[in-house]
Order: sequence, then C-alpha cells, then structure tokens
Amino acid sequence: MADLGLTRRAPLETISIEAPDSLVSARLGAPVGRIAFRGAMDAAKLCENAFGVSLPIEINRASATAELAALCLGPDEWLLLFPETDFERVLQRLKAALLGTPHSLVDVSRRQTAIEIHGRNSAPLLNSCVMLDLAVEAFPVNTATRTLFAKAEIILWRTAVDSFHIEAWRSFIPYVAGLLSEASLCLPHPKLS
Amino acid sequence: MSQPLRTDVGGRIDRHTPLSFSFDGNNFTGYAGDSLASALLANGVHLIGRSFKYHRPRGILAAGSDEPNALVNVGRGPGRSTPNLRMTQVELYEGLCARSQNSWPSLAFDVGAIASLFSPLLIAGFYYKTFMGPFRTAWLWTKLFEPVIRRAAGLGNAPREADPDRYANQYAHCDVLVVGGGPAGLIAALAAAEAGARVILCDEQSELGGSALADTRSLVDGQPISEWLSNILVALSAHQHVTMLPRTTAFGYYAGNFVALAERLTDHLASPEVGAPRERMWQIRAKRVILATGSIERPLVFAGNDRPGVMLADAAKTYLDRYGVLCGKRIAVVTATDSAYSAAWALRAAGAEVVIIIDTRKAASAVAAAAQSSGLRVEMATMIREATGGKRVSRIVFGRIDEDHVAVDETIDCDCLLMSAGWTPTVHLFSQSRGKLLFDEASGAFLPGEPAQKQFSVGACNGQFELADALAEAFVAGSAAAGRPGQKKFVVEQSPTIATGFTGMIEDPKATRGKAFVDFQNDVTSRDIILATREGMRSIEHIKRFTTVGMATDQGKTSNLNALAIAAHELSKSVPQVGLTSFRQPYTPTTFGLFAGHARGELFDPVRRTAIHGWAERNGAVFEDVGQWKRAHYFPQAGESMHAAVARECRKAREGVGLFDASTLGKIEVVGPDAAAFMNLMYTNSWTKLEPGRCRYGVMLNEAGFVIDDGVIGRVADDRFHVTTTTGGASRVLHQMEDYLQTEFPELRVWLTSTTEQWAVIAVQGPNSREVIAQLVEGVDISAEAMPHMSVRDGKIGGVPVRLFRVSFTGELGFEINVPADYGEAIWELAWNEAQKYDGVVYGTEAMHVMRAEKGYIIIGQETDGTMVPDDVGLSWAVGKAKPDFVGKRGLARQDLVVSGRKQLVGLLTADPKTVLEEGAQLTAGPAPPIGTAALGHVTSSYWSETLGRSIALGVVKDGRACMGQSLYVPMPDGPISVTITNSVFFDRDGERLNG
Repeated sequence: MADLGLTRRAPLETISIEAPDSLVSARLGAPVGRIAFRGAMDAAKLCENAFGVSLPIEINRASATAELAALCLGPDEWLLLFPETDFERVLQRLKAALLGTPHSLVDVSRRQTAIEIHGRNSAPLLNSCVMLDLAVEAFPVNTATRTLFAKAEIILWRTAVDSFHIEAWRSFIPYVAGLLSEASLCLPHPKLS
Repeated sequence: MSQPLRTDVGGRIDRHTPLSFSFDGNNFTGYAGDSLASALLANGVHLIGRSFKYHRPRGILAAGSDEPNALVNVGRGPGRSTPNLRMTQVELYEGLCARSQNSWPSLAFDVGAIASLFSPLLIAGFYYKTFMGPFRTAWLWTKLFEPVIRRAAGLGNAPREADPDRYANQYAHCDVLVVGGGPAGLIAALAAAEAGARVILCDEQSELGGSALADTRSLVDGQPISEWLSNILVALSAHQHVTMLPRTTAFGYYAGNFVALAERLTDHLASPEVGAPRERMWQIRAKRVILATGSIERPLVFAGNDRPGVMLADAAKTYLDRYGVLCGKRIAVVTATDSAYSAAWALRAAGAEVVIIIDTRKAASAVAAAAQSSGLRVEMATMIREATGGKRVSRIVFGRIDEDHVAVDETIDCDCLLMSAGWTPTVHLFSQSRGKLLFDEASGAFLPGEPAQKQFSVGACNGQFELADALAEAFVAGSAAAGRPGQKKFVVEQSPTIATGFTGMIEDPKATRGKAFVDFQNDVTSRDIILATREGMRSIEHIKRFTTVGMATDQGKTSNLNALAIAAHELSKSVPQVGLTSFRQPYTPTTFGLFAGHARGELFDPVRRTAIHGWAERNGAVFEDVGQWKRAHYFPQAGESMHAAVARECRKAREGVGLFDASTLGKIEVVGPDAAAFMNLMYTNSWTKLEPGRCRYGVMLNEAGFVIDDGVIGRVADDRFHVTTTTGGASRVLHQMEDYLQTEFPELRVWLTSTTEQWAVIAVQGPNSREVIAQLVEGVDISAEAMPHMSVRDGKIGGVPVRLFRVSFTGELGFEINVPADYGEAIWELAWNEAQKYDGVVYGTEAMHVMRAEKGYIIIGQETDGTMVPDDVGLSWAVGKAKPDFVGKRGLARQDLVVSGRKQLVGLLTADPKTVLEEGAQLTAGPAPPIGTAALGHVTSSYWSETLGRSIALGVVKDGRACMGQSLYVPMPDGPISVTITNSVFFDRDGERLNG
C-alpha cells in the first residue's frame, strides 16, 4: 500500500482578481516546504549553514534566493521556505546540524498557503485590508511581518517593489482571497501606488 | 422648462449641459455643476420641506453641509434610497429623483402642520412630562405614544431592502493630511508638497477651492482668485506625492492622528458603472494634520427666521457667484457684520433689487457708509421683529433697537431675506482631536487652543478671517508640518470680510411675537432655551438634552453658539461659564455601508472550513458554527429528523465504527529540551514520567485556579509534545503558553508552534475501529498490546506521513489520525471506504456530544463556566499535587475554593426517562420553591441517549457528590420535573470498551 496516488486538495482552487486596469494580479502560491524554526542565535547560525541562505537577525526581515527563503518573524523565530520535494532532505540536514543545540523544528508545510500579488497597484490593493504603511521607504523590499489582513492574521513579505507574498493559514485563505478579489474592484486613485 | 431665476452669465455651472430632474414628482431643469439646492432655487423653488416637530414650511438656508432644513430623500432604485441628504450637497445629474420629507399628503398642504396649532403643548420636555411618569403605563408609551410621535416627527425613511452597493476601504499613511480645500488648505498642502512631504488633501465639496469657488471679486497676488485657484490646483496635481480627494469628508479625528474620511464616488453620477464602489472609507494615519475647515455663517434669531426665502447672506452670494442663481428679486438684508454687504452688492449688480440693509450695529462701519453712498438703504441700530409670509417670506417688520427692546416702526415687502450674525469657526475636528477650545471675547467665538495632537489649525477655523493672513498662516503651517519651516507673504485685494458678529438674540426673547428658531432641524426656539433655564438647567449639556438643541443630524452647526448665548444671557453668565458641548464624530451623517466596507455576507468574518468540509457538504451534513469554524452537526439521511439522525449516528458508532472530523481541535507542538518542564508548569498534570509514545489527558488552569482548557497531549519524543486544545480555546491556550514562556519562564529552552491547520484529524471510533485503521496505516503495530489506549505513533497512509493517536472521546475503542491537511479529504475517503465494510457511520458534533456525555466527559464552556476548579468537575485526579508549581496551583489553595458547599459535577436522571431537561435549567430542593430561593445548581448538558434508551443530563449541584440518589426538582413553566442525582458516568463505567 505504498503509493495510493492520494489526491491533494488546496484550500482554494483559484483566486480571481478583476482589477480593470490589470495593474495588479494575484495567484495562489504553489505548494512549498515550510519549517518553523525556533532557537537562540547559536542555533540560528547552525541552521543557516545547513539551510543555505542567511537567516536575517533583524526582526521582520527576509533573505531569499531563487528557491530558498528565511523570514525572521521574532527574536528567535524564522519561517523557512524551500521546494517541497526537498522536504525530507532539508529536515534531515537541519536536524543533523542542530543536534545537541536546543531548538525547535516543526513542519508547517500544509498549515498555510501563499498568495502572490504582483503589479503597480499591489500596495494600494493590500492597503484595502492591511493597515501598515506599504510605501517602499517605510516597508522596503524583503520586509516580512505578521500582520492583520482585515480580521485574518497573515505574514506579509515584500519580495520586490511591486510584488508581495502573503502566507495565511489554510482556512483563512478563502477569506483573504475573497477580500482581495472584492477590493480589486474598488482600487483608489492610481497616484497612491 | 425655464429657470426663471438663473442669471444670464456667470457661475461655475456648465450651461451647455442642461439636466432634467424631479422633485416631489415635478420636473425641472438645471445645469451640470448645480447642486440640487441651486437648481431648485434657479427654478424659483424655496419651499423644500417641512420641519421636524411643527411641520412648518421650510426653505434652503445655507449652501453647504451646514444646511439644516433642506433634507431630501434621493431614490435610485431598490435598496438605493437615501434619506436625509442635504440638498446643498446633492450634485445634480440627469434624471435625479428627489422627494421631500416629513410632509403628507404634499409639501404645500401638509396635514401634520396642524401640530403648529398645538404648539403651546409641544414645548421642550413635553414628551417626558406628558407620557412618562409614575401614573402612565409603559404599555401606553411603547405601543401608542412613541410610534405615533415617531411617525409624525421622523426625519426620512430608511430603505427596507438590503443595500446592493459596494463600499471600499483604504488604509493610507501620509506626512501631512490637509482637511479642507479652501484657499488656506490649498496653500498649506502646496507648501507641504513643495517641502517634499507626502500629502493627502480632502474636501467635502465636489470641487476643491472652498470659498474661492464663489468669489468673483478678490485678487490674490494680482490674479483674479478663480485664476489663482486653477494655478494652485495645477501646481498641486504636478506633485507626485499629493493625493487630492474632493467629495471626501473628514468625519472623525481620533487618537494618534488617525483620521477617517468618507469619499463619495458614484452618488453624483447619472449612471455609475455597475459594481463600482459607492463610497470609500479612508483610514488615514498622518504624521501631521492641518485643519483648514473654514467657518460657518450664523443665522440671526428672530420671529419667523425659518420662513422659506430667509437665507444666510453668504449662501445667497454663493448661489449667485458659483451657480448663477438669484435667490430673489426683492432682497432685504439683516446683518450684524460686514460680510453680508458683499452679498447685497453682488445681488444688486446681478439685477436684484436690494430694498433695505438692516444693520443691528449701533455705529456705521466704513462698509455700511460705502453702501449708503452707493445708494443702498441702510438702517443702523435696527433689528427685524418678524418675518411673515406663508410658504415664502413676503414682508418683514423691523424697528430701532432700544436696550433689549425693538420698537416697531416699519414694514417692508421682500421675497428673500438674507441674514448674517457673523461667522462661527468650524472647530468640530479640532474638538474631536481632544484639543481644548478657548472662547475669544473679541470675536465671540470658540477658537482652537493648544492642539492635543501633532496638528495645526489655519484660516477661518482658527479665527483668521482675512484671506491674506489666512494664506500666510497656512503656508507657515504647511511648511512646518513638512519639516521645512518657511514663510510667504500674500497680497490680497478682498471685498469686505468679517468684522465682529453677534450671538444670541437681540430682542428680548420674551417679547417675540412668534417662533424664533435657534435649531432649525430639531425645531428648537428661543423660548425652549429659556424654558430650560427656568426649569433649572444651568449647563449647556443639560439644556441641550432638555431642548434637543444641537442634537439633530447637523449637530447644531448653525445653532450651537446662538443657543449658548441665549442661555448665558438668561442665566446672567458668560458664554464659557455655560460651557460648550462636545463635538462628536461623524462631522456629517455617514452611511452604515461605509462602516461595513467589505465586511458583509461571506466576508463579514472569516468562515473557517476544515479540509474535510467539502466531503461533508456533498454528503448532506448540516453545519453548525463553532466560533469561526463550520462543523458538521449531523448527517441526516433522506427524510430523517435531527433526533433520528443523531440516534442513528450514536448507535452505529457504538455498534460498528464511526468517523468524525476532529480537525478543528487546536494543536500546538511544544518542542525543546525543557518541554516537559514547561508542560509541568502549564498543566495541572505531571508530565515528567510520561514516556514518548504515550498520551495523557491534560487540564489547564488560569492563575486563579479555574479550569480554562483541556485536551489529550501526546509525547512524541523526549523533547516534543503534541498538545491538543479545545476548538474554541486554540488561540487562547497558545497565547497563555506564550505569555508565561516569555514573562515568567524565559529561562526554559522550549518553543511553541501552532499546528492546528497543519493536520486534518479523522477520528475513527467504535468496536470496529481497529479493523479500519489496520487497512489504512502502514508501519505501526496497532494491536492492543503494542498500542494501548492513550498512545501515539508515527506512520504512513499511502506514503503520506501521519500521526496516529489511540484516544477516545466516545468511550469506545478509538483512534485519531492526524494527516497533512492537503490529504485530509483523500484519506477521509479511504477511511470511509473501509468503515463502510464494518457497519460504519459518519457522525457529527451532536452525536459526539451525546456520546461523551454518556461517558461523563466534560466540555470546557459547557460543564465549566470559568469558575470551576478541577475538583468541582471531578478532575482532582488530574492535578499533580506533588508538583512544586504550576499555573493555578496557588489559586487552588484559596479558601473559597477549598470550602465545602461548592457545586460539583453529577449525573441527573429524570423520573420520566422520556423527559429531556433544558440545559441551563435550575435545580432546587423542593418542587415549588418560593420566589427568591437560591438554586442548588443547574443542568449543564442534557440529551436523549439512544444507547441507554432514556434521557441523561449532567449538572452541577452544591456538594453534589455527597448527594447520590437524592431527588431534586427542575421548576419549569409546565410544572416541576423530578430528577435523581447519580454518578456522572452513565455508560460503561469500568471502561471495558475503551480498553478493548
């Protein structure tokens, strides 16, 4: 009974953004591997070496390569993102590197789903539900933070000037996607972007 | 149709775009750029509504948001009729359809006007005095008087259909928010923008420009002000970081320079794009706020000052200069200040006859002298006694002022009367921002004092009425707000503005021969204010509530200061001694839709669905809300009642095997070398000796010792616990743990990660559950010996890693499979295929509740209410008494928690096995306790138990465990129900099934 070819099901099939001016688009992120890594600085150093991308020590900063990302969400908390197919390999490498050093590694790959937002109107669209100042001076590229999206908690990570990556817990995805879709019909003054 | 009072030239209207509209079913024409008010005036219509209380005919008083009379209902189809709109703010569009309010059968002949005949009865405080009191029954008030009065005195009707429109919301941040787009606001915004600031500029009107929109005579820096205005607007638009928001009212100013704006997006359009948002709420955090909100002209208080055709002087000038409308042909003016003279001159120049200017001041000002020499009749030290005329002012009676007395000596005919008592700075937002207002004796007005936040007031709202001074002040504020101080001088040639003004009432109010209105919208007269002072009211706060002055939808924009001055005069006090009422949000009425924003229907609140929800939906589940979660309540088969479905689900789960979606349970991974030490502190139980691979039922207390959560906790490894919490307690438990970890036990090397949504949880319960699990899970020996009750193993299903618990909340042999959420539905389907081979059933939360109650298992929030200690609910066995410390340990030792007489969990069996008790019903010793008897306890859970073939209930009873076998009563409306106290475990007391 090895491989039953079990069907995977994401919390949402598609996301629809109908901004009339096509200055913003959104799509559901593909499945990735996610590990919540917690530990003190010594553990962070070991983790960084094993993971392959630097772990930012400044809270609310992210560092990323094409395939790997580490988001520092608290003084001892990082969210590691990496290709799903590497999950076992990454986990074993981290475990080995951290052996004997107090830490916590928890698989949260399926806990949350990503929504990617691109386009000049990304920030105004997000600001329909996010209270933070998303001007690039105030929220530079590779800022990553937990925040509220209307009544849902999300992680918001600016991946480029006009691109954002949202992570929300699975059951909140339809709510976040629904609001994005609704708000995309209501975008304000283009000058705000 | 002709527009008899439209001028031939002038104004900012577009004469090439005529628009037809209707008012009370009559068709009229106006022009693009008109407000509904200006278009009606152009057609000679002054009678536009009936007053709130006396149903008096009313006309248009003002030209802006201060308008108290001209309230209309604008209908745009089902669910889209808006009452109480100020005509002065309703922009004309083709096909606009407006209706007057408060009149029946018609505006001209209104039956309600009969109220005027009884007006001596309808004085302030009348309702309370007449209809409330010890001898009037509440029934009469609620069933008769209140509905009748409400119907007679209402202000418009709310639509009954759901609002079909969309409302947007936008959070924004800026360096400088400028409220008010008049000349001062524009200069402040430009100065800030030029200093490099991110600026948002908003104004409630359709165009930016404020007073400059109705100024055809002033010159600024040598340019006509209209040209100057266009240049400023061009300059502002050129700045990339300036956002200009016309039709946007800053209606609320809160702490931390947080300002809420309402932007109206489609109400001015004839055919808005389908689905386009109607309004947008802006929630703005500004580093600095500049208030340039201007000022509002004050009416004079005299008898008949509410007749249609009696208007504020500057409003008439606005109608002429901005809209090209003459408000009348024979104009009389009554004023206490210079600014009204500009209106007189402008109207005369446009062809109206100005029959008289009545100036209440004793000495002639330069402006008055100039008016006289230009041939106008000016009477100084004179006041109107009364304005008469039915549906339109037709004559005024006036005379010389002699002390508090006005000697009548003359009448004069007119069709329009302009009045001005002076100008009241608009300090609403400043006051909302918690800034203290100071009374300025010289101008007789309240002016902003020290700002309470990082905020500036500039221009007329700061008492700076001269344009040159206002602009200079605005420039300084704009530059300073942007962090680059600067100054600039403006050269202004201006027609007379504002000298002093007058507040209150010139004539002795007792001598007025008719009603002199102070608050037009709430129909409050000068006599009402005086009555309030006679009834003993001393503070304006009491006078306001007694008379309702300033409590209408306009919040007394035109009335507050006059009311205050009349009261002060009557009480022989100064105005500041009587006080000033607070200004409250919103500045002007704001739609509910704006506050709701996107939060409606499905998006009102997150609706959380499990990974198995889709399957449950397809298989006929009836769902119930548990917090934000949707949970399958029961699965009725065709034609089955809830009772029958739940009975079947319970029976089959106990006889064969049942599947249950337990995904909503909270899950927390507690990891680190000090995990066990931390668990020892957070839960009452002892965790040190729990071996990896085993589980334990844990109880969590708060500091006071009360039970707040419970759940089964598995030790996955030495340094790793898989904690489950109640569905509703998931975030509370995580927060409590994190809170203690960070504040009390920071030395512990342990970390918490929520895994609630990582796992979907499939409970497989019943005597056949092992057979089902055996077909699914690979790599785990699930025999009774290898995997006893309360153990946990890692395994795989179809190659997917799963975490398998052997636990039971039904009392049966049972398992719970934790599977990665994406595979929840697929593995559920596999499990269901297997379960069907073993007489399986899918059960919902109701059957789960019944089965756990049969076993006496508590539910947090049902058997506990935040005041139960473990012993109260039979859980003292779960308290590790030898542990040196845990959260709640000291609380538990409190004297009131260890005395006898506490309510304890027991079982309750009704004498009639068919009777199912009401949850929450009280328990008493006797069948008919006298009123006032304290209950001995109450029913916490009650169900029909199919398994036992009778009803069962759990309850808490004073010293209940010592009362086994005793009888109690549940007094109910249909008579008392007799119950017997029993053990709280009704089924399989020895747990043989569980350990099978």
